[in-house]
Amino acid sequence: MEENKQKYEVFIVNTAQYYTLHTKKYSMRKKWQPVDLNEVRSFIPGTILEIYVKAGQDVAAGEKLIKYEAMKMETILEMPFTGKVKEVNVEVGDKVRKDQALILLEEPAE
Amino acid sequence: MSLKRNILDLRRRKKEAQQGGGEAAIGKQVAMGKKTARERIRAILDENSFHEYDLFVEHTGKDFDMEKKVLHGDGVIIGTGTMYSQPVCIYAQDFTVAGGSLGLMHARKITKIMDHALKMRVPIIGINDSGGARIQEGVNSLAGYGEIFYRNTEASGVIPQLSVILGPCAGGAVYSPALTDFVFVVENISKMFITGPGVIKTVLGEEISMEELGGALVHSEITGNAHFYALSEDECFEQIKKLISFIPWNNTQKALRFPTQAPTFPVSIEDIVPSDPHYPYDIRDIIKAISDSSDFFEIMELFARNIVIGFGRIAGNTVGFVANQPMFLAGVLDCDSSDKAARFIRYCDAFNIPIVTLEDMPGYLPGVDQEHAGVIRHGAKLLYAYSEATVPKVTVIIRKAYGGGYIAMNSRHLGADFVYAWPTAEIAVMGPEGAANIVFRKEIDEAENPAEMRKQKIQEYKDKFANPFVAASKGYIDEVIEPLETRARLIHSLEISENKVDKRPAKKHGIPPF
Repeated sequence: MEENKQKYEVFIVNTAQYYTLHTKKYSMRKKWQPVDLNEVRSFIPGTILEIYVKAGQDVAAGEKLIKYEAMKMETILEMPFTGKVKEVNVEVGDKVRKDQALILLEEPAE
Repeated sequence: MSLKRNILDLRRRKKEAQQGGGEAAIGKQVAMGKKTARERIRAILDENSFHEYDLFVEHTGKDFDMEKKVLHGDGVIIGTGTMYSQPVCIYAQDFTVAGGSLGLMHARKITKIMDHALKMRVPIIGINDSGGARIQEGVNSLAGYGEIFYRNTEASGVIPQLSVILGPCAGGAVYSPALTDFVFVVENISKMFITGPGVIKTVLGEEISMEELGGALVHSEITGNAHFYALSEDECFEQIKKLISFIPWNNTQKALRFPTQAPTFPVSIEDIVPSDPHYPYDIRDIIKAISDSSDFFEIMELFARNIVIGFGRIAGNTVGFVANQPMFLAGVLDCDSSDKAARFIRYCDAFNIPIVTLEDMPGYLPGVDQEHAGVIRHGAKLLYAYSEATVPKVTVIIRKAYGGGYIAMNSRHLGADFVYAWPTAEIAVMGPEGAANIVFRKEIDEAENPAEMRKQKIQEYKDKFANPFVAASKGYIDEVIEPLETRARLIHSLEISENKVDKRPAKKHGIPPF
């Protein structure tokens, strides 16, 4: 029963290496990424209604960045800290997925 | 004389009502590759055993011109019949009548046959093929769904409930199957989702086909909503008949007993497991090597494939097998596999089916995704289900039994009645590689040749702990057996446990971590 070893994949559990197959769900899973605080992401899918800032603009903490509509509710994303807008990745009318990076920020230079 | 006229009139009325949505609608149903509701019922039940009720029920919709429409039987067929000459209740939604949409009377018919099944303590089979709530009937159709869910819950664990998805089953309708014991789906025919592709596109901008969103394979492989996947309706009906042969008619009975048959699996049980413990094999081969006629009926074959569950027979009696599958993800426990096994264990416990656990499990699946998905909470379901079960519980440790997983896989400590281990068993708190790194860290770090020292210490740990004899010396396993003795031991253990009594403190119900 050991004839087709080559089809197995290496799988590590508690430092031991096993040869086994992956399930579809396991192969499809997303790798975990640490949260980057310089990215403003959509936390729910929706449509962009208004963009209040431009790339290069200095923005104070708490000011409005983007308004978008999702699940029949309008949501406003605010500037999380005082800093600069580096990039705006969306336009008014765009439909966005959950967890899409909408705006990239930069902390102010010291 | 006059009687004849009445009889002819009855026949004419019956014939008309039995046409359902009429020829054109039936033509459409057939064009979609689907059978009609009546054909489906006939295919599942014993020949000529079906008796239909409520054929002449009419809908009560008054708004949107509904009062002018005739909907035969209000889009659902209910009745009783037999399988293996034993009574069962059945209903089938008729897509040819107003798309099988659920209105008040449609729901009343379903709840009527469900009440009947529960009172008579016989299984109920529901065939779902419906466009959803009948919008014209408004909140009445929501009420209908609610009354069905209530009965599903009431009957749960008392009578077997089977749901067969042979068409769309969308929105609230999906929750009746989800509450039942077993869900059957068929490729290209079954579609289940809460929110359809149209709405998802409008609201969220995500484009996905119905099949990719909630087709048969998705529910069998990814979501775990479906228990049986078939390529055709006929294959699905065979699966239903096979399943029914393994389970008792209600929670006070035992499953039908068959004559004992020797296993027919062509490979010796000694030759299935590879000598290198890092290589996999198909645990189902071991199940086949120990069960009657080597007949193993697997449940949820495609979901969480790192654990195998299903029915087989040992000495003519149904047993539920729960087995780690080294072929997939090395047989680790994770959120999905714990959930899958736990529900099956609770099914077996509710319906007096002994549980045989075959263990080869290197630990829990490591990873941020697992921890964040709640492997603690999901893994606890397995501990709960095994501990709670009072049916006979037998464990055979084939190979790896490490750490928390060793406890979870029906260990002595969770109330196993008999625990056997093969001489290949490795029962320890963790694998030799990991343990050596921790226990002998100092020796390894300080050695002139750390790699050589690590190898030596791993071997030392292996010799000392990666075997069944430490656990045997504590009485945690009852006997170390040769693989060839496995079937005989299982037969004996189950015989001894036939009249097992395991009384637990009285309570309304426990609070399992689901």
